[in-house]
Amino acid sequence: MTASQPRSSAPFWIGAAITLGLALAAAFMVKNEYFFFAGYVVLQFVVLATAWNILGGYAGYVNFGTSAFFGVGAYIAVMLIKSLNAPLAVQIVAASAVGAALGVGVGLLTLRLRGIFFSIATIAVAIILETVVNNWRFVGGSTGVQIMRPPVMEPFESYTRMIFVVAAILAVLAVAVARYIETSWMGRGLRAIRDNEEAAECTGVPTLKLKLAACAVSGALMSAIGAPLAMYQSFVEPASAFSLNYSVSALAMPIIGGTSTWLGPVIGALLLGTIQQVVTVTIPGSINVLVVGVLLVVFVVGAPEGIIGLARKLRRRIEARRLEARRLKPASKSSADSP
Amino acid sequence: MFSFDLLVDAILFGLLLGCFYTAVSIGLSVSFGLLDVPHIAHPAFVVLGSYGTYLLGSYGLDPIIAGVVLMPVFFLFGMLVYRFYYETFEKRGGDAGVRGLAFFFGIAFIVEVGLILAFGVDQRMVEASYIGKSVSLGETRIPVRMLVSFGMALLLTLLLTLYLSKTFTGRAIKAVAQDEPALRLMGANPVRIKQWAFGIATAVAALAGSLLIIVGPVDPGLGRVYIGRAFCVVVLAGLGSMSGTLVAGLVLGVSESIVLTLFGASWAPAVSFGILLLVLGVRPQGLFGR
Repeated sequence: MTASQPRSSAPFWIGAAITLGLALAAAFMVKNEYFFFAGYVVLQFVVLATAWNILGGYAGYVNFGTSAFFGVGAYIAVMLIKSLNAPLAVQIVAASAVGAALGVGVGLLTLRLRGIFFSIATIAVAIILETVVNNWRFVGGSTGVQIMRPPVMEPFESYTRMIFVVAAILAVLAVAVARYIETSWMGRGLRAIRDNEEAAECTGVPTLKLKLAACAVSGALMSAIGAPLAMYQSFVEPASAFSLNYSVSALAMPIIGGTSTWLGPVIGALLLGTIQQVVTVTIPGSINVLVVGVLLVVFVVGAPEGIIGLARKLRRRIEARRLEARRLKPASKSSADSP
Repeated sequence: MFSFDLLVDAILFGLLLGCFYTAVSIGLSVSFGLLDVPHIAHPAFVVLGSYGTYLLGSYGLDPIIAGVVLMPVFFLFGMLVYRFYYETFEKRGGDAGVRGLAFFFGIAFIVEVGLILAFGVDQRMVEASYIGKSVSLGETRIPVRMLVSFGMALLLTLLLTLYLSKTFTGRAIKAVAQDEPALRLMGANPVRIKQWAFGIATAVAALAGSLLIIVGPVDPGLGRVYIGRAFCVVVLAGLGSMSGTLVAGLVLGVSESIVLTLFGASWAPAVSFGILLLVLGVRPQGLFGR
C-alpha cells in the first residue's frame, strides 16, 4: 500500500495477518475434520463473492456466469493433474491465468453492451463451456473424473487441512486485491462507470480498459479458487463444477452483504456460507439453495445497500437521536419560558 | 453416413421445432423486447406453466385446454409481478438495472428450487390422444405432438401480432415501448398499459408451458436451457419485433436440428447460446432491429 492512501491501511493488514494466523492455528489445533470440510466451502465463497463484486459491485456489470470461471479453474486443474501431475500451486497459477484470459475474452465480446446483454452473455459462456467439457473425453466427459490425491505435505495432518489453509490464503489475497482496486484510481473509475458510463467516457475515464481489467482480475480470482476443487472433492464432474449454485451465490452474497465496499461480500459470504452449511447438515434436500435465492430477493427488494447499508442507517439513526436529545433539552426550557 | 434425406429431415423437424421456440419466446419478446423489463425469469414461468398443465392433466384435463385455463391465472400473476417490479425498482430509479436483474434471477432460482421441492427432480410428462402418435410424410415420420405445438405456436404468434397492431390497447403497448413520455402527455397511464402487457406476456408463457410439456418431458432445471433459447430468439429477432420472433425462432430451430443430426444431442444446449453470443458480438440490434 502506498502512503497516498486516504485511510490508514495498517488495521486491514493486521486483520489479514490475524485471519491467516487463525486459519493456520486451526489447521493444527481443531480436532474435528468436518470443520475444515465446511470451512473450505465458506472460504471458497468469500473468494467468489469478492471476485464477483469487483465487476458487479464497483462497475455495476452483473455477472451470471461465475460458474463458467469456477468450472474452468477446476478443469484446468484436472488437465494439469492428468497430463503433468502438476502440484497444487501450479494448478492455481495456471487456472488464474486462464481465468484472466477468459475474462478478457468475454469482456471484449460483450462489454460494449449494457446491462442485461452482458449478463445473458455470461450465462451463455457458462453453458457453452459446460457443453464442451461434457463432450470432452480426456477430462472424463459428462460422467466426471476421479482424481488421486497426492500424499499430504509435511506439517499438515490431512489433505483437507492443507487445502483449507490454501483457501484461506486465496481469500485474504482476493480481499486485498479487491480493497486495493476499491481505494485506487481504478475503483473511482469503475464507480464512475456504474453511475453514468457516458459521462465517465466523456470526462476521459478509459471505460473499456477499466472494465476489461476488472473482468480479468475477477475472472482470475474465480478460476483460482476453482482449481483446488479437484483435490478437495477428489472427483470432478461438469454438472457440479459448472453448477448454477455458484453463480447465484456469488451474486447473492455481495448483494446481501453490501456491494459498495470490500467488506460487504466478505460479510455476505461468511454469513450465507455458514447458514448454508448449517442448513445442509440439519435439513436434507435443496432447502439450502432456496435460502440463498429467497434472501437475495428479500435484500434486493428491502435493503438494496445490504447489511452494510443497514448498519450505516442504524448508526445514523442513533446519532440523529443523540443530536435530537441534545437539542431538545434547551428547546424544552425555552418553550417553558414562553407563555 | 450423411445423406441428403437426413438433411431434409433435419430441416423439416427444425421448422417444427422453430415454431415451438417462437411460442416459448414470444412472451419475452413483449416483456423484454417491448417493455424493457430484464425478465430472466420468463423461461422459469414457462416451466411453471408446464407443471401447472401437469397438475391439471392429472385430473384428466387435455394439456392444451389446461394451458388455456392457466392463462387468466398467469395473467393476474404477471400483472402482480410487474406492479411489484415497478413499485420497488422502476419507480425509484437509480441502479434499477442491476437490482432488477438480480431480482428476476432470484425469482427464477426460487421457482426452480420450489419446483424441485414440490415435484422432485424427475422428469414429468402428460398424456393426450395425440402424444405418442406420428404421421408419415413420404419417407419422414413426424410426431403428431410436434404438429400440435406447431399449429398452436403459429396461432399464438398470429393472434399476438394482430392484437398488437390492430387493437387500441395493442397499439398503446407499442406506443409505450416507443415513447413513454409522449404517451403520458396524451393522458394515458403508461404503468397501467405496461402492467397489462406484462400480464399478457405471462399468460402467453402459460400456454407455451403447456406446449413445452406436450413436446417432451419437463424437469425443473429446464428453464435454464430455455434462458438461452428464449433470449437467443428475442435478440436475434431484434427487440420487440413479433414477425422477427417467428423468423428467429425458425432459424434457431433449424440450426439446432442440424447440429443435433450432425454431432449428437449433447451439443444441442450450446447452439442457442452460441448464436446468442454471435449476435451480441456482431449485430446486437438483431435481424429486424429498431
